[in-house]
Amino acid sequence: MRTAFVEELTNIVKKDKDVILITADMGYSVFENFKKQFPQNFINIGIAEANMVGVAAGLCLGGKKIFLYTFVPFGIMRCFEQIRVDVCYQNLNVNIIGLGGGITYGKEGSTHQAIEDIALMRSLSNMIVLCPGDPIETKALIHEVIERDGPSYIRIGKAGEPKIYTPEQKFTIGKNIKLNNGKDGTIFTTGNMLASAKRLVAQLQQEGINLNLYQVHTIKPLDKSVLNDELGKFVFTIEEHSEIGGLGTSIAELLYENKIYLPFFKISLPDTFIKEVGTQEYLRDIYGLSVNKMRDRILSEIKNLL
Amino acid sequence: MVNDIKYLENLAKKIRLKILDIVTRAKSSHLGCSFSIVEILIALYYEILDITLENWNLANRDRFILSKGHACASLYTILWQKGFITETILDTYCQNGSPLAAHPSLGAIPGIETSTGSLGHGLSIGCGLAYTNKLNNIDKKVYVLIGDGECNEGAVWEAALFANHYQLNNLIVILDRNRLQGYGYTEEIIKLDPLHTKWESFGWNVLRVNGHDIITLVKTFKTIQNNEGPTIIIADTIHGRGIDFFENQLEWHYHSPTQDEFIKARDALI
Repeated sequence: MRTAFVEELTNIVKKDKDVILITADMGYSVFENFKKQFPQNFINIGIAEANMVGVAAGLCLGGKKIFLYTFVPFGIMRCFEQIRVDVCYQNLNVNIIGLGGGITYGKEGSTHQAIEDIALMRSLSNMIVLCPGDPIETKALIHEVIERDGPSYIRIGKAGEPKIYTPEQKFTIGKNIKLNNGKDGTIFTTGNMLASAKRLVAQLQQEGINLNLYQVHTIKPLDKSVLNDELGKFVFTIEEHSEIGGLGTSIAELLYENKIYLPFFKISLPDTFIKEVGTQEYLRDIYGLSVNKMRDRILSEIKNLL
Repeated sequence: MVNDIKYLENLAKKIRLKILDIVTRAKSSHLGCSFSIVEILIALYYEILDITLENWNLANRDRFILSKGHACASLYTILWQKGFITETILDTYCQNGSPLAAHPSLGAIPGIETSTGSLGHGLSIGCGLAYTNKLNNIDKKVYVLIGDGECNEGAVWEAALFANHYQLNNLIVILDRNRLQGYGYTEEIIKLDPLHTKWESFGWNVLRVNGHDIITLVKTFKTIQNNEGPTIIIADTIHGRGIDFFENQLEWHYHSPTQDEFIKARDALI
């Protein structure tokens, strides 16, 4: 997804010289060409995230449009208050690319993991929260955010994620993508769980369970049109985020506040720092986010519902 | 100077009187730190800054950021004098329904460059604006007024590194050295001195002036028009300047004058 970001950024800057990328000393081997091609549109601000956000706000007040790029914990948690005041309060076109959403960097330990970011970012007024699931979705959303006023948070993984969509797929901020139709129940997924959720739905289909699958690339503002859809007998949400305040919380709020009282199950990470060390795949399995573990969980939860 | 010094000195009195009036009526606070910057704002807005109501929406003008946003009663009062807001609006300061909060908000009234109030933000934003001017070849300056207590914030020093690295000679910081902060004297809470050499070691041009001497302030601003790199003016000021029983008294960071204190203070000013 980060390769997709740089490619799209390059396309954007070719046409719009007011777009500036600021990195907090991240992106070794990622931005060299971009920097060479557009030195005026690239700032490495150093390892200084609070200043990064403030400078971004100042550039915006002067008429520029900004992408910020760093690891999620440093880019949004260390400087949360700068994002709140300088960017959100003033509703500026500052778009934060959060590298390493969820447990992408599993081996790096909890300092580098980001399992609370969606909760934090969606709590901020004016902020929109985007979690693309593949490189194609990343490019499309990057392209859209820079065209609109106001801030955004875009949670990406790292490099090398598989392509899920076809190039013809259309994306609109605030509009879910429906990837499967089924009458039994519904799965909402987001961000980097998309590929697994798709495999999961295919497996369950082979076992005779037919599910709707929505990719919620925009967690804020949430697509309310699902309220008019047939959701079946139960709802699952799948996310690589803490159980507090992420996709599951958002969908539960949406449904419950609109009097849709379906059995509801959240598949997410628990409210804990992850102590185990390992790859994303290894940790997903420990915490019930591997395709097999999700399948077992779903089959067990819906036993008496169908 | 464009204006007669007597006129500006009288204006300082008039502005302090008005600040006293609106703060007293709002039962608000921050008189001491609003009074310490009155002459700095007069020197800037009457002799230096190219900022008017007419050019406010243009990019090609100077910028002024009050990073110590809690002293905005002073800024609002100057903006009234410069025609950005009416006295009727100014008189609503901190009243229910007013656009004028105790910390200024972008868009609430013309003349507010950026929302401030949380300390340690204004200098980074000023760096961003100054850098924009460099990129866009706009030959205008960005002035940022920070507090001395504000220099406790690490973000100030992150921004100081940035401004030096990018040689932002269009960035001028005024440091209101009134020596008081939230809980007492700056040097007793968390030592800042030697401020001069700290900023110098960060690569800044450092000047030091009496922050209540309008003529010297104006001269100083004019001498730094063509410096290399960023410049900071450490302005030695007196917290609560202008009213003897306010001066250097921490309580006037917080306290709202009673009616008796208001009369006493008003008489001291007149």
